[in-house]
Amino acid sequence: MKLQVNTLLALYSVMEFAADPQRHIPASEIADKYGISAHHLAKVLAELARAGVVTSVRGVGGGYRFTANVRRLTLMDIIQLFEDFSPASHQHGDTTPVDRAIGQVLTEIDQITRATFSSITVATMLRLVERQEDGGKLPDAEDAKGTQRTQKKTF
Amino acid sequence: MRPVRRSDLDQVIALDAQETGLEKRDYWERVYKRYGRATRGEQSWFLVAVTGSEIVGFVIGEVRDWEFGSPPCGWLFAINISQEARLAGIGSRLMTAFCDALRAAGVRKLRTMLARDDTLVLSFFRSQGMMAAPIIPLELEVPAAATKARG
Repeated sequence: MKLQVNTLLALYSVMEFAADPQRHIPASEIADKYGISAHHLAKVLAELARAGVVTSVRGVGGGYRFTANVRRLTLMDIIQLFEDFSPASHQHGDTTPVDRAIGQVLTEIDQITRATFSSITVATMLRLVERQEDGGKLPDAEDAKGTQRTQKKTF
Repeated sequence: MRPVRRSDLDQVIALDAQETGLEKRDYWERVYKRYGRATRGEQSWFLVAVTGSEIVGFVIGEVRDWEFGSPPCGWLFAINISQEARLAGIGSRLMTAFCDALRAAGVRKLRTMLARDDTLVLSFFRSQGMMAAPIIPLELEVPAAATKARG
């Protein structure tokens, strides 16, 4: 899946603010770090401020400061400020059985995507970033080659 | 954290009922027989978190071999924390105790499965470092039996 530019900018920004919630961070600092337009970023930060994720701080040393709860704020909370996750956003209509079948599959994908984004908090993301910085890679998909596929019971 | 005892079962049942709204005594008796009385080497665990004399949480799981084509792997099938005792790190400590047991059994991977709209518990497992497994659960509405045509 591909996220829109504004969504990515919002995620970069939230991660920067959440990593140091007491600090007032100027938009220009984030723009420089990620090589993005400060003008473009300002619009994204204004949206995050409207949603109560950050608050603007005026004056010398001003900028923005994180105001949300890292253990409660999820990726979904941020992403849905910039992306349309409504089921009707599929480009296909539902006029034919094929359209409806395609819609059913796309809905399944949407539901998994939504569940994933909704289950990952900013606190969890900070730990994932830490692991990446430590060079610790995430476990690879398990190589089950050569194993007998019994696929018996589940729970 | 300690292994469950028979005398804990009433509190475990009450803890589950607090969450699900159902008191499933027969079910929990069977779970206790299977996991709570596992002998050494059976590789199944039913651990409880205790504060004073009160059971404030539990975790249940086991090692399963070669399911879904996977080498021996730990499966966690139940974890619950009393609503009053949440946000105090008890869930994390239960997870750590369970992982310690798996590690001692030589198992290096832990899996679980839950409803995708169970955001609270999903978030908890994510916070523990769990990521999506290379497994996709599928289900089927079993078709009604076809009506036999009469010759």
